[in-house]
Amino acid sequence: MSPRFRLRPGRRDTLGLIGATILLLAAGCALLAPWIAPHDPTAVSLLARMKPPMWIDGGSLAHPLGTDNLGRDILSRVIWGSRISLAVGVAAVIVGASIGSTIGIVAGYFGGWIDNILSVVINAQLSFPFILLAIFLLATFGGGFWPVVFVLALGAWVNYARVVRGMVMSVKNQDYVHAAISVGVPTARILRTTVLPNTLSPIVVVASFSMAQAILAEAALSFLGVGVDGSNPSWGVMLNDGRAYLQTAWWLTAMPGLAIALTVLGGNLCGDWLQDRFNPRIGN
Amino acid sequence: MDQPVLVEARKLSVEFTLRKPLLSRRPAPVVQAVRNMDLSIRRGETVALVGESGCGKSTLGRAMIRTAPIARGALRFDGEDITHLRGEALRSARSRFQMIFQDPYSSLNPKARIFDTLAEPLHVHGKTSRAEVRGKVSEILDAVGLSPDFAARYPHEFSGGQRQRVAIARAVILQPDFIVADEPLSALDVSMQLQILKLFDELRDRFSLTYLFISHDLARVFSFADRVAVMYLGQLVEIGRAADITANARHPYTKALLAAAPSPDPEVEATREVPVLKGDIPSPAFPPPGCRFHTRCPIAMEVCARVDPAMTDFGGGHMAACHAVHPGGPSPSRPDPTEVKKDPTA
Repeated sequence: MSPRFRLRPGRRDTLGLIGATILLLAAGCALLAPWIAPHDPTAVSLLARMKPPMWIDGGSLAHPLGTDNLGRDILSRVIWGSRISLAVGVAAVIVGASIGSTIGIVAGYFGGWIDNILSVVINAQLSFPFILLAIFLLATFGGGFWPVVFVLALGAWVNYARVVRGMVMSVKNQDYVHAAISVGVPTARILRTTVLPNTLSPIVVVASFSMAQAILAEAALSFLGVGVDGSNPSWGVMLNDGRAYLQTAWWLTAMPGLAIALTVLGGNLCGDWLQDRFNPRIGN
Repeated sequence: MDQPVLVEARKLSVEFTLRKPLLSRRPAPVVQAVRNMDLSIRRGETVALVGESGCGKSTLGRAMIRTAPIARGALRFDGEDITHLRGEALRSARSRFQMIFQDPYSSLNPKARIFDTLAEPLHVHGKTSRAEVRGKVSEILDAVGLSPDFAARYPHEFSGGQRQRVAIARAVILQPDFIVADEPLSALDVSMQLQILKLFDELRDRFSLTYLFISHDLARVFSFADRVAVMYLGQLVEIGRAADITANARHPYTKALLAAAPSPDPEVEATREVPVLKGDIPSPAFPPPGCRFHTRCPIAMEVCARVDPAMTDFGGGHMAACHAVHPGGPSPSRPDPTEVKKDPTA
């Protein structure tokens, strides 16, 4: 309610902007991969195996980040790899946010035994080592894009559910919700038109963090060989491929590793920033 | 006053169960926020409900529009028993009684345009044609003294007074018969209070409304209300025509409330003696035995600690519950079936 005076952007704004820029760059790579990648990411060239990055002796401008054990261009593979990483991240966020927010809204609004049951489920899920569960499910039922998305969403929904539940418990006691009840608005409609819009900001914050987590988890799963189809270049797959050459050709793992680290950093910076924007009490 | 009764609460009780203390073997404490309340309001009448905060006046108001749970007793609206109305029947009945909240900053959905806030009641009560909804919203904004252009804006763009006008518009857009206004002035500054009170007055005539006007400010409501009901710790202690209450208050609590109001005359104000009530209002979870007011009453007698006085009728609808004013000695006990069950030693 009180206006927030800002004479110049704070440090957090700068960091948030950097985060957003990184995410936008990654999204740009993913969308424009066919046009900006210098080579076909799957083109094998046995004559140009293990070329180092261009700034090291033996590197060349043709392969700015070097080539891998099959002579494939690493820059092109990192660019194409962003497609899978981001697509998995975005899809996992959408699925996880939808399921988690719905459960959180229902638990928070109705309370009572519904809340008790859902809280037990949430706590049970939280006490489970997620990566173990993910490996188990993917190894049993097979990998692929959608299985990975659903397993990641399975790990992420609790974060939404917990945050949204808490938010809804405070929103439902606001007079505008009482007003909607006393006007005779049906409960389902109250949840949709009144409660949901007022819980959206924490959902966006969690989405930003959990997008970073999903990208990291997808890389881990691909690295472990239970991720998205191994024939597509993905950052996790590249890490796994480069593992055997870690001592002789570090760039095989460092480049995709750097891409993962930057994207996750971008997501986290963005999340931090959004959290502050939406919660003036933390302030700066 | 020969208008028919519109809303009638009979022996109405509202209870809230508190959380049971961890590992306690005693049953969870129950707060009787409203206890055995009898209140009937005639069509077109304005009844002011006054009392300190925490006395259950808001809860009674909410029970009378069926948004607080009724534990015992009955509520009739326009001749129909609505105590146990549920589901769809209750939802559609809601168009006939509405509420205006105290704080206009929290009673409007911050994420909805004014238009959507005002259109929602129309949508859920079956008016869906775009033109009809638009027309109605403009008309009601005009009726509460706002420009129809405001419909496209969000609540944060408005002042407290303007927001309260929007909240009032939402309450009257369905043309209800009965409106509970829960301290609608107390969040506003004084100049705004008068304007909003004037608006209540205009709307009462224009839409033939019946008000239950909840306030802690006795002085403010006298000019506006036909009758005044005074509540203390969930019970009615005095009720009567506004003029009778001002000129001839019977209950010591009402007298104390009246005396607490500052006088507009500075000379009177300077010499005025303010009989301050002793102590705080007791916890409604553990009300004192006998007359609930006796712990703070300046004229309490021995009987007051034992017997909860029944209402004494002074004629003309003026009633008060006090042993000291009952002609011919202490008044009989206030009937309450729940009291006997709860305390067998009494």
